[in-house]
Amino acid sequence: MGNQPFLLTVITFLPLLSVAALLLLRSDDHVWIRRIALAASVAEFALSLFLLPKFDLANPNYQFEELHDWIARWNIHYHLGVDGISLFLVLLTTFLTPIAILCSWESIRENVKGFFVSLLVIETAMIGVFVSLDLFLFFVFWELTLIPMYFMIGMWGHERRIYAAVKFILYTMFGSILMLVAILWLYGLSGTFDLDGIQQYLASASLPATTELLLFGAFFLAFAIKVPLFPLHTWLPDAHTEAPTAGSVILAGVMLKLGTYGILRFCVPLFPEAAHKMAPYIGALAIIGIVYGALVATVQTDLKRLVAYTSVSHLGFVVLGIFAFNTTAIQGAIYQMLNHGVSTGALFLAVGMLYDRRHTHEIKQYGGLATPMPILMSFFLFIALSSLALPPLNGFIGEFLILIGVFQGHHQWASWAASGAVLSAIYLLWAYQRVALGEVTVEKNRTLPDASTREKLILATMAVAILFMGVASPLFTRRMAASVDNILTRVNPPQNASQRPAAIPCMGAPAAKLPAPGGAAAMAAIAERQAQ
Amino acid sequence: MPGAGQLMNLHRLAPEVILCFFGVLIMILDPFVGAARQRAMGWLAFVGTLLALVSVHIAYHVRGMAYDNLISTDTFSVFVHVVVIVAAALAILGSLDYLDREGIQRGEYYALVLFATAGMGILAGANELVTAFIGLEMSSISSYVLAGFRRRVEKSNEASMKYFLLGSFATAFFLYGIAMVYGSTGTTLIDKVQIALQGAGKPPALAILGLGLMFVGLGFKVVIAPFQIYGPDVYEGAPTPVTALLASAPKAATFALMLRIFYVSFGSAADFWFWAVFVSAILTMFIGNLAALVQTNVKRMLAYSSIAHAGYILVAFAASTSLGIAAVLFYLAAYVLMKVGAFLVVTHLGQQGEKRLAIQDYAGLGEKQPVLAACFSLFLLSLLGLPATAGFLGKFFAFQSALDAHDVYGTAIVWLVVIAAINSVIGAYYYLRVIISMYFAEPSKDYTPAGVTPALGFALFVAAAGTLYLGILPAHVLDFAKAAADSLPLLR
Repeated sequence: MGNQPFLLTVITFLPLLSVAALLLLRSDDHVWIRRIALAASVAEFALSLFLLPKFDLANPNYQFEELHDWIARWNIHYHLGVDGISLFLVLLTTFLTPIAILCSWESIRENVKGFFVSLLVIETAMIGVFVSLDLFLFFVFWELTLIPMYFMIGMWGHERRIYAAVKFILYTMFGSILMLVAILWLYGLSGTFDLDGIQQYLASASLPATTELLLFGAFFLAFAIKVPLFPLHTWLPDAHTEAPTAGSVILAGVMLKLGTYGILRFCVPLFPEAAHKMAPYIGALAIIGIVYGALVATVQTDLKRLVAYTSVSHLGFVVLGIFAFNTTAIQGAIYQMLNHGVSTGALFLAVGMLYDRRHTHEIKQYGGLATPMPILMSFFLFIALSSLALPPLNGFIGEFLILIGVFQGHHQWASWAASGAVLSAIYLLWAYQRVALGEVTVEKNRTLPDASTREKLILATMAVAILFMGVASPLFTRRMAASVDNILTRVNPPQNASQRPAAIPCMGAPAAKLPAPGGAAAMAAIAERQAQ
Repeated sequence: MPGAGQLMNLHRLAPEVILCFFGVLIMILDPFVGAARQRAMGWLAFVGTLLALVSVHIAYHVRGMAYDNLISTDTFSVFVHVVVIVAAALAILGSLDYLDREGIQRGEYYALVLFATAGMGILAGANELVTAFIGLEMSSISSYVLAGFRRRVEKSNEASMKYFLLGSFATAFFLYGIAMVYGSTGTTLIDKVQIALQGAGKPPALAILGLGLMFVGLGFKVVIAPFQIYGPDVYEGAPTPVTALLASAPKAATFALMLRIFYVSFGSAADFWFWAVFVSAILTMFIGNLAALVQTNVKRMLAYSSIAHAGYILVAFAASTSLGIAAVLFYLAAYVLMKVGAFLVVTHLGQQGEKRLAIQDYAGLGEKQPVLAACFSLFLLSLLGLPATAGFLGKFFAFQSALDAHDVYGTAIVWLVVIAAINSVIGAYYYLRVIISMYFAEPSKDYTPAGVTPALGFALFVAAAGTLYLGILPAHVLDFAKAAADSLPLLR
């Protein structure tokens, strides 16, 4: 795909370019600052859609590659590319940014310019993380996501914002600095920062087991903090709760995926043996995270904190899926990353809209809201249902694929994880019940206005996305398949490769029908042909 | 032709000649210029530093030994010259308004800065230990006076006195070290010591002892643990633009001399001094960072931070490869820009009498002076080591060069890098504290800082642009640093 030589660069840096435009505006010209930020982010989304038609499904390698020298002496390159894994994460980023801008339209009144500048800088940094194929470049973007988010929480957040911002940044920096050491170590071994080069080196030279384990550990720690995996999750509830709505949307929607993406892109394929060795422990932590996150979410009295803890639970599913090491589970994990971005992002949007009206996240302050604002509450229910994985909405596909995949190797893991799916129904429906159903408990709430046109637009967009991802999942999974297989050939020793269970490309194949793996592969092939 | 040789000598020493010429010129003009026009002396000194920078270019084209091998004008020396002179030029620009504000605008101040800079230039190029000693004294004695330049302020006097007493003590160590090296090897020429030690097989104990004493003396000048005690007091008491100079340029020059002595003369004894550097690096980083955590005075916090940075430089220093030299040099270039930049912001915001140095005095700066706050944030984030800034690449190359020496020193150096990495996260806390105050805290209503004058604005612009340039497009400077490292006659 050499015919789009600059597409990824343009996609990556367009938000940064629009920041330059924003900086030229007067800082009290709020109207135009908002308009330009929105226009830029919508243009960015439109531009990123150009990736789709040109994307070659059958090609497991990176596409739209760009490769230039950057710091020649240290063999550092400017190397970009996407594959089936990063493609949709880029799209998720470009999709959520305009939504985040739109949801801050009225709620951000102070230092408007700074806010939108931060938001757009984060967008560039996050896309950069997803498309970098050079570890140095990757690290630069990785760290660059922190500062604007730090400002976003610290300047526009709620009461305990400074505490949350500092906790967020110190936690993440601690993880990433050890990753930097590991990156340098890899460079020392292989002489390159290029992902492909390192991959080839590691495939040919077999590292001592301890070295591999240490390198894996350093990378994994950085990503696990970001995900966050239990017990490294304690920064998350604070950061999510204290951040402004747009911050929470970006944080939950995309930034947490930087962690799971990193695990899938770097930890697992680069250090397969260490990954296999650690898989039981990581799986156990992921399951603890699933159950613990769900239980803690259940008892929250703060609505936003509740939503924050659901992330711990949902991301546990993603990590579990990755460490099941089979196509189905990993596809499910990637799909769940996207779902979580959309559903949890939408939950935070809805919670933010309530906050805009009442300036509180306390569940007690609400109750019976379905009476004064039926539209907003219907959307809230719809989003909650998607988050608790009701078929045919998006969350179902992701969790289902993960559970099938995990079940194939680890029956116990799957049964424990499934309890998380049940718990999610409890906490979300209970939260909905306490907020929306029954009599209006607080007198003030009777006169609250229902969703405005802007809010309807935001929520409807999210709802369409949720439904679309629920019914059209093959459109996504087909594009992931080749890249996922590519990773799995590195992870699983060749003798097992033939026995690998194949992808289930559409949701129509329930677990009961799952025959021998070979049959599934044939079925997948048929489904593939039909879909084309 | 002795005449031509003499001329060549002068060419190779051109930066020092020009700096001293302008220093003397200022001293001569000083009494003839009225008290009201002393500021002109500052501009004259600035022109002097610019011309010196041009003359570095001349010296670069006639590289070689000068004055019977006493001075070695090699690429290494040229690199350090550029760093030191740029630091001095920026400090001079930052001093112009400061001295007016404090009512101590005097020509001799600028003359002293120029003499100190010339001394540092000699340090960078010295190929002979006694010559290095002269350079060290030139820069130190000028610095003692500069530290006490706020004559009516107790703290400034204290700084000057402390610096003088401990500094002379340290210099004595250095001198004693030279004597021992001479006694052991029969020469004080840095490259000849290398040959003498190489022939001796295992380095003689006397030479190692001499090296240890020199480490003490020079370690004092670059403010590394366990010789760092005086540092924060001096940096805090000295006039802030002087602190900007002291915390940057002498460190660069003295590290350059240390590189020459340790790498060139004692390259064969690397296994001995590695552990000294190793221990000192760990102590320096922890002391600098942990002490900085609890500071409420920004100037003092930056003083401790500069100790921590000396520790990171030592990490690259420990590598004992030519890659390590390149990393140290790059780090110095990055460090000087961001540190001088940060101290110049502190200079400007200090108000008369340096009253406003507490972190809470920075509250709301992001709202009051967004450009200045953005600049300061850039310097702080660079000191913190955020990617796309000079500080990150400095650390990156330092860590990388250290890990590269993994074959020689095994896991010890890997642990050193891990400790350095952890330290840089500790550092994040106190740098971010200032940013929190600038952007997240409620602005204090009782005063507004003055606007930035063109001179200071230009200095800040240069520092900020340099910080970004080194952070995003480091290739040229890196190649220069590597060429500088290769210009030293190393053993391996």
